[in-house]
Amino acid sequence: MSTAGVLYDAPGPRTRARHRLYAVLSAIALLGALAWAIWKLYDNGQFEYELWEPFITPAYIEALLVDGLLVTLKMAFTAILGAVVLGFALGVCKLSDRSWIRWPAWAIVEFFRAMPVLLLMIFLWYLIGIEKDASSYWAVVLALTLYNGSVLAEVLRAGVLAVPRGQSEAAYAIGMRKTQVMNIVLMPQAVKIMLPALISQCVVALKDTALGYAISAPGLTAVAKQIFTAFNNRVPTMLVVAAIFIIVNLLLGWLATWAQKKFVGEKKPRLVVPMVGQDGGGGVAI
Amino acid sequence: MEAVFDDLDAYFKAFGYTLFLFLVAGVLSTLLGTLLAAFRVSPVSVLRLAGTVYVNLVRNTPLVIVFGLFTFMAPYLGIHFRWVDVHIGTFDFTSFFSVAVVSLSLYTAAFVCEAIRSGINAVPLGQAEAARAIGLPFTGVMRQVVLPQAFRASVPPLASVQIALIKNTSVAYVFGVAEAVSRMRITTNNFPSQRLGIFIMFAFGYIVLVELFSFLANRLERRWRIA
Repeated sequence: MSTAGVLYDAPGPRTRARHRLYAVLSAIALLGALAWAIWKLYDNGQFEYELWEPFITPAYIEALLVDGLLVTLKMAFTAILGAVVLGFALGVCKLSDRSWIRWPAWAIVEFFRAMPVLLLMIFLWYLIGIEKDASSYWAVVLALTLYNGSVLAEVLRAGVLAVPRGQSEAAYAIGMRKTQVMNIVLMPQAVKIMLPALISQCVVALKDTALGYAISAPGLTAVAKQIFTAFNNRVPTMLVVAAIFIIVNLLLGWLATWAQKKFVGEKKPRLVVPMVGQDGGGGVAI
Repeated sequence: MEAVFDDLDAYFKAFGYTLFLFLVAGVLSTLLGTLLAAFRVSPVSVLRLAGTVYVNLVRNTPLVIVFGLFTFMAPYLGIHFRWVDVHIGTFDFTSFFSVAVVSLSLYTAAFVCEAIRSGINAVPLGQAEAARAIGLPFTGVMRQVVLPQAFRASVPPLASVQIALIKNTSVAYVFGVAEAVSRMRITTNNFPSQRLGIFIMFAFGYIVLVELFSFLANRLERRWRIA
């Protein structure tokens, strides 16, 4: 930090020297801890060739990418598509002027946002039928659709409310009807504002597909389970699967940043997504 | 639904575990997350880098995988939790519980860090500059001007992070903790015809926990809000 920030004043030469010393010391400490962890794993034979062999064997790489990543992406993508549709429907209902439309939408959104996705997933799995083919696949997709749809409803509402008031006032002033104001003026701007939040929600959906592990759904976790039961290499498998998830999610994260810059601009209007059981205040995707 | 009412003790015990997981992991993740946030805003470049790397790696990993990594790796690193053997009433806190708490804390800490950092970023630069201009020393700037505002600004995002933690405790079921989702599965297996009622009962339990916490957080936020 070359200039003064909120926390620290601009450092002088002596402070800079001190910070360099701290940097060296903390680097030694952190690298030492990392080296110790790696050595411990090595010492326990976790870097043996046999344990890592599946990850350099083309057949297993193909299984990981095609039966694993591709299926996981398909689940996440289907769920997000459903969630966008559901989110739009619920979000528009929540913005309605009629209380008999607003209240049920509010109740649905609160219900699905306040419970763990895993609980919903397991229930849907039982509901579809445990023994049926692909029941776990659809349980994951449906659970993620319902959960993310409810979150997106809230995001949509926040996006519409984040459009400057003058926009709708001007639209009403030139004689537009309520639906026209919504469709022609508010929605196009709201969608632009929400786009980064929508992409972040894709990261959440993709991460949550891993919950399918609990109901033995197909996807990366299922392939991982097959590999680590066959080779008894739990740690290497987990590391590889984590790396795949991290790479895909980082790419999505960069996409979100790009969309933010392209469609919203540097000065972002604050998108206030309230947390569960609240009318205002901040919220984060997790 | 009768299946749950007939065995209310088991129901409350299961949610007791959920609550304990939340409370212990909530405290630990707040501590670790604060440390990480201190790393991420520190003037020492290496610590900043370390904080950024940790947050970006953990935030982009599914919680199940974090659980798996920690559960499978811990024994090799000499972390066993065999010493954890606490019994409070009918609750047993053993190694399974400890592994779950640590995994949840490691995961949630990344989000806590970001919440606190967003709070610090919300403090206008002018506040610190004015405080320095009137001659306050570093500790004075921090204690009397910057941190109170940063803390207030980070309460809402911190509350959402902890609410997510309440829901995330359910993943502990996958790794052998007898919490609410695990109880729900047992009950549904025993009484398959009542699955809808059972689901609603357990969902209701989570909703009560979440709404209760949300209500408290809201009260705190209102009380501490800068006029």
